[in-house]
Amino acid sequence: MNYNWNWSIYLQQIKSGDETYLDWLITGLGWTVSVALCGWIMALILGAIVGTVRTTPHNWLVRLGNAYVELFRNIPLLVQMFLWFFVVPELLPQDLAMWVKQDMPAKEFVTAFVCLGFFTSARIAEQVRAGIQSLPRGQRFAGLAMGFTLPQTYQYVLLPMAFRIIIPPLTSEFMNVFKNSSVAFAIGVLELTFQARQMQEDSEQGIETYLAVTLLYFICAFTANRVMAFIEKRTQVPGLIAAGK
Amino acid sequence: MLGAFDFSVIQSSLPFVWQGFQYSLKLTLVAMSGGIVIGTLMALARLSSIGALSTAAAVYVNTMRSIPLVMVILWFFLVIPLITGKPIGAENSALITFTAFEAAYYSEIMRAGIQSVAKGQVAAGYALGMSYAQTMRLIVLPQAFRNMLPVLLTQTIILFQDTSLVYAIGAKDLLKAAEVTGKNYGRPVEMYVFAALIYFVICFSLSSLVKRLQTRIAIIR
Repeated sequence: MNYNWNWSIYLQQIKSGDETYLDWLITGLGWTVSVALCGWIMALILGAIVGTVRTTPHNWLVRLGNAYVELFRNIPLLVQMFLWFFVVPELLPQDLAMWVKQDMPAKEFVTAFVCLGFFTSARIAEQVRAGIQSLPRGQRFAGLAMGFTLPQTYQYVLLPMAFRIIIPPLTSEFMNVFKNSSVAFAIGVLELTFQARQMQEDSEQGIETYLAVTLLYFICAFTANRVMAFIEKRTQVPGLIAAGK
Repeated sequence: MLGAFDFSVIQSSLPFVWQGFQYSLKLTLVAMSGGIVIGTLMALARLSSIGALSTAAAVYVNTMRSIPLVMVILWFFLVIPLITGKPIGAENSALITFTAFEAAYYSEIMRAGIQSVAKGQVAAGYALGMSYAQTMRLIVLPQAFRNMLPVLLTQTIILFQDTSLVYAIGAKDLLKAAEVTGKNYGRPVEMYVFAALIYFVICFSLSSLVKRLQTRIAIIR
């Protein structure tokens, strides 16, 4: 193997400019975290709504929810990125389309997190539905028998339990959001993968570059995991197997 | 606006897109078969009583599963030529990458499958005088495969979708072919929609099939 190692590459200046490669990596980390977190919040809200709707007694709502999930689950994330970036603006009314194409601030960033949000929401919707369906049906009947309306039954009885039950799969989904945000490089978001490719070309120190970026992804996923573990501990339901003694 | 779409570009682009599609399919099938074989071996390694072997398998699987696939693709594309000393091309690099990457995911599925087989089955195999290899090959693995078949297929659907990520190193798969023809004919929007439609139709019909299979092969206990 013929490779010139250069571990001080991170502190060196880029070929054309005052920044160091470290600055590029920090910028990348910032965008990765922003895309992932914005997408995650959006996915949680949408996923909770769609997942809940799929367990209601209204047949047409269930079908609509199912169609939503199938749509976002059966197209690759990268293709969805391109659809949001190139195709959706063409479908908008002319004035709005012009604004989106020319004046929308941080166009790539917004497109990326909206796309990631919808993509992840379909997966969260599956988990929310499974969580609600794992509850004994007596809980729903009990809520309704107490005189709660259907929305109240969901709000006070079913959802608080369902969300606690699905925290473990939500944890891996939260870690996935960081991994999936890497696809945003394709539409030009300056996140970690974009910086990795850029720094590799500019510095020609591929291994050092990828090592640093991989490490940063590790840190993101690990932090996500710890945050969810903390939430899981704080919200555990006494009496279930998961809660231990 | 929708009225300005011109889908006639699809017909003229078909031969090129077909080539890209064949590559996506080849990548999926190679990574699936290679991944399941290597994955099964790694699952056996992980469950083995030899500490070093099971640790090595665990480290490999956990590392692969915590890195974004795009980064793994970039890593292999960078490192393989350094080891072999000559460039092997984006397409071949992707074949190796996906086999190695998917093996980690298939190995987790196979591990769950092996662990789902009742302990008594292994004991029965040994009691009949079978060796470890025979017990695994003739008793445990067939049952593990059957239990995990729907999950293995679902993973393959995900794999097919993930092959689009070879975009990062410029391999000519379905998506890349659609993009290139779209740019050549000046109709990128239509070609992106076309590519999305192909992926959707294939993945949706496969996942519906898996759902039906799941109810058919379920063992009633």
